[in-house]
Amino acid sequence: MKFSILGARVIDPVSGLDQVIDVHLEAGKILALGAAPADFSPSQTIDGKGLVAAPGLVDLNVSLREPGYSRKGSIASETRAAAAGGVTSLCCPPRTKPVLDTSAVAELILDRAREAGQSKVFPIGALSKGLEGEQLAELIALRDAGCVAFTNGLTNFKSNRTLCRALEYAATFDLTVIFNSQDHDLAAGGLAHDGPTAAFLGLPGIPETAETVALARDLLLVEQSGVRAHFTQLTSARGVALIAQAQARGLPVTADVALYQLILTDEALIDFSSLYHVQPPLRTRADRDALREAVKSGVVQAISSHHQPHERDAKLAPFGATEPGISSVELLLPLAMTLVEDGLLDLPTLLSRLSAGPAAALRLPAGRLTAGAAADLVLFDPAASTVAGEKWLSKGENCPFLGHCLPSAVKYTFVDGRVSYNG
Amino acid sequence: MTPLDAKRPLQLNHQGQLQHFLSLDGLPRELLTEILDTADSFLEVGARAVKKVPLLRGKTVCNVFFENSTRTRTTFELAAQRLSADVITLNVSTSSTSKGETLFDTLRNLEAMAADMFVVRHADSGAAHFIAEHVCPQVAIINGGDGRHAHPTQGMLDMLTIRRHKGDFKNLSVAIVGDILHSRVARSNMIALKALGCPDIRVIGPKTLLPIGVEQYGVKVYTDLDEGLKDVDVVIMLRLQRERMSGGLLPSEGEFYRLFGLTTARLAGAKPDAIVMHPGPINRGVEIESAVADGAHSVILNQVTYGIAIRMAVLSMAMSGQTAQRQFEQENAQ
Amino acid sequence: MTLPNPADLIRQMAIDLNAHLNKRGISEPRFIGIRTGGVWVAQALLEALGSQSPLGTLDVSFYRDDFSQNGLHPQVRPSELPFEIEGQHLVLIDDVLMSGRTIRAALNELFDYGRPASVTLVSLLDLDAAELPIRPNVTGATLNLSPDERVKLSGPTPLTLDLQNLSTDSAAL
Repeated sequence: MKFSILGARVIDPVSGLDQVIDVHLEAGKILALGAAPADFSPSQTIDGKGLVAAPGLVDLNVSLREPGYSRKGSIASETRAAAAGGVTSLCCPPRTKPVLDTSAVAELILDRAREAGQSKVFPIGALSKGLEGEQLAELIALRDAGCVAFTNGLTNFKSNRTLCRALEYAATFDLTVIFNSQDHDLAAGGLAHDGPTAAFLGLPGIPETAETVALARDLLLVEQSGVRAHFTQLTSARGVALIAQAQARGLPVTADVALYQLILTDEALIDFSSLYHVQPPLRTRADRDALREAVKSGVVQAISSHHQPHERDAKLAPFGATEPGISSVELLLPLAMTLVEDGLLDLPTLLSRLSAGPAAALRLPAGRLTAGAAADLVLFDPAASTVAGEKWLSKGENCPFLGHCLPSAVKYTFVDGRVSYNG
Repeated sequence: MTPLDAKRPLQLNHQGQLQHFLSLDGLPRELLTEILDTADSFLEVGARAVKKVPLLRGKTVCNVFFENSTRTRTTFELAAQRLSADVITLNVSTSSTSKGETLFDTLRNLEAMAADMFVVRHADSGAAHFIAEHVCPQVAIINGGDGRHAHPTQGMLDMLTIRRHKGDFKNLSVAIVGDILHSRVARSNMIALKALGCPDIRVIGPKTLLPIGVEQYGVKVYTDLDEGLKDVDVVIMLRLQRERMSGGLLPSEGEFYRLFGLTTARLAGAKPDAIVMHPGPINRGVEIESAVADGAHSVILNQVTYGIAIRMAVLSMAMSGQTAQRQFEQENAQ
Repeated sequence: MTLPNPADLIRQMAIDLNAHLNKRGISEPRFIGIRTGGVWVAQALLEALGSQSPLGTLDVSFYRDDFSQNGLHPQVRPSELPFEIEGQHLVLIDDVLMSGRTIRAALNELFDYGRPASVTLVSLLDLDAAELPIRPNVTGATLNLSPDERVKLSGPTPLTLDLQNLSTDSAAL
């Protein structure tokens, strides 16, 4: 199909383009910006006046729940939800059932994603077999099957030595390892940030040092092994400070933060609402403000949704008996626009953190709005609003923002030049 | 907004009366005082030959205990029976719920059998709130203890004990000693003492047993028992559980007793007419010396009697509040 | 309507009560006032009788029959009966007899203390509006009020009666 989007404000963070200009799509690619080629006649023309066209969002952490957790979600439902949030490329973590530690599972996921035809899926493979932290998974087989990076999630390796060896192996082949730095023993049994709110509510706490102790160790092992490293789901001020120090030392580490961590704090837990039960936990206002500053300065170059849809029962129990996670990928763009509304970021910077930044962190073929690139775009109206939940595509309704009126509304999401979402 | 300022409208009806009893925070002093005053009347009932009043006749009170407890369960049963209610007690061990039926379904089924009130004890903090908000909002929920979070009836019976033995809270000095971190009794007591106007509330224990930010309750922290007990009017000893040793929080019971155990010698630093309290069951020789537990300062056995009266007060007030709320809703629906 | 003077009523009630007790051969009854108005009336009555008898006070909040409709009365106080009930002759005193339910509640409560030999009911006013078969043995005065009217006793000294009109009095009740 051939499209022309006329008169939209086109922002491409990588090149610095920010101007009102026409965009023409053909054969799944961006054919041209500005004047159309002489023989080009679009099958559909979209009036982009007042709208913003940006590279499709790249979300580094979206749990699709398939294979294995069909009550919580499927590749079809969650990629559709992602498209509604403006996401054209996403990474899914390896905690599926069975775990993504064999090429067969990777192939299954990619097949299903192709069938669904919504957002592009780039699987993250398990760093260790079964994610148990003992034996290295077959990283090359996984890479060849389509995995773009490797992680062990929140599960610690059984020994530092095994971890170090895994990193050295990954470094040999220039593979990226993603770290969810949290020390298992310090965090054990914890449900919320170890601070006054958790103490008042009687919830076992996860101290900040659970993150920083693990981060310090991980950063030193990254330095020793030379592996490409990306740090995900940071939650604390001290944590981002460690990342900033490492970057200042010349260590090329990248980082992302969950969008909800930039908005919520542990004060949200005050009524024991399980909607705010997440791992790693929401921390204090000071931590949230430091995360926001780190996103602004670029120490954290990517914002992800950390999408974790759940069935109703998983959240319908006393706090400690509920499963952690928020379902929010379909609100990624409008929810992120609150950061622009608050004056924290300007629009091009926000879009960079949502597209170019994440793509660069994992070296994904995404995050560009330029002639010749794949036609992965989001077209949105910054002056409209989205009432979260009016339409809901994800299987998981566990979202504390339901009912909120959020700034901006996604009008079109294009994946490879096809309309994946039409708002 | 600090956690301590957070409101709890869930447990109050439109007129500010109790319709659930979940925790003491957010309850105004007047309401706490009303509970104490009502309990005084029930104490008088307990001194009669016929210890029953017909207030809850025809009502069914269901004790649902997900956590084992003989003492609390028995006193709730007694309280409900003395109000002439029909009482059912369910001991739901965690293994049976993990066999399939969720907490949600267990309670919904009981509600369908026409229970008018649930007394719930559960190992998860926030369980009573969850039930009141999401499971049975039209049935009075009384929190019999949820995780580490709250034990509001224990808090109130401790306040009644203090009031009956010491009069007003205005000039009192109260010390709470032991495992504050894991104690729902301590949390409820700190909140109640502050709300009732006690000017000097002290918590005493090792750092490993004190929660982060305990100062938010308006208390002074001591890690030395002698310093903390100096001239206090009331000493509340908390129970130390065996698991604390295996969790690395303490080296041994012996060392705890040496540092924080209430012996006759240590008690001498408090006021000469100080009273000694304990929520029970007591660990003799671990947190308290037998001579003190059985001695003249101890009001531990009285606490049990006050507990029945407080629970009678809370059960009747909550039932009354639910009735008022239903009426209010009916009138406003018309 | 003019309301009678409580002091006058009590003088007459003392005479009538003595007559009643003598007729029944009751020499040392126990006096019990129903909180709050009944206690005031009882105190005044004991003074008029020149009696040094201890006065019991009864709070009937836990025995009212309207808990399901109206909930728990917020001003509950403990009852205080400084004597045995079992086998005793009782004089039960209230201020205003209207539906009779307060008296029923009081009787239910008294019987939970023990089994009295007899109960003599004394009421300052009888509004002739009983919904139950309950009548006082000694009455100060019988009044017939219109549906909007209520009468309220204030005390303890001086004892005064006020008439309230629910439809016109903004400060009613």
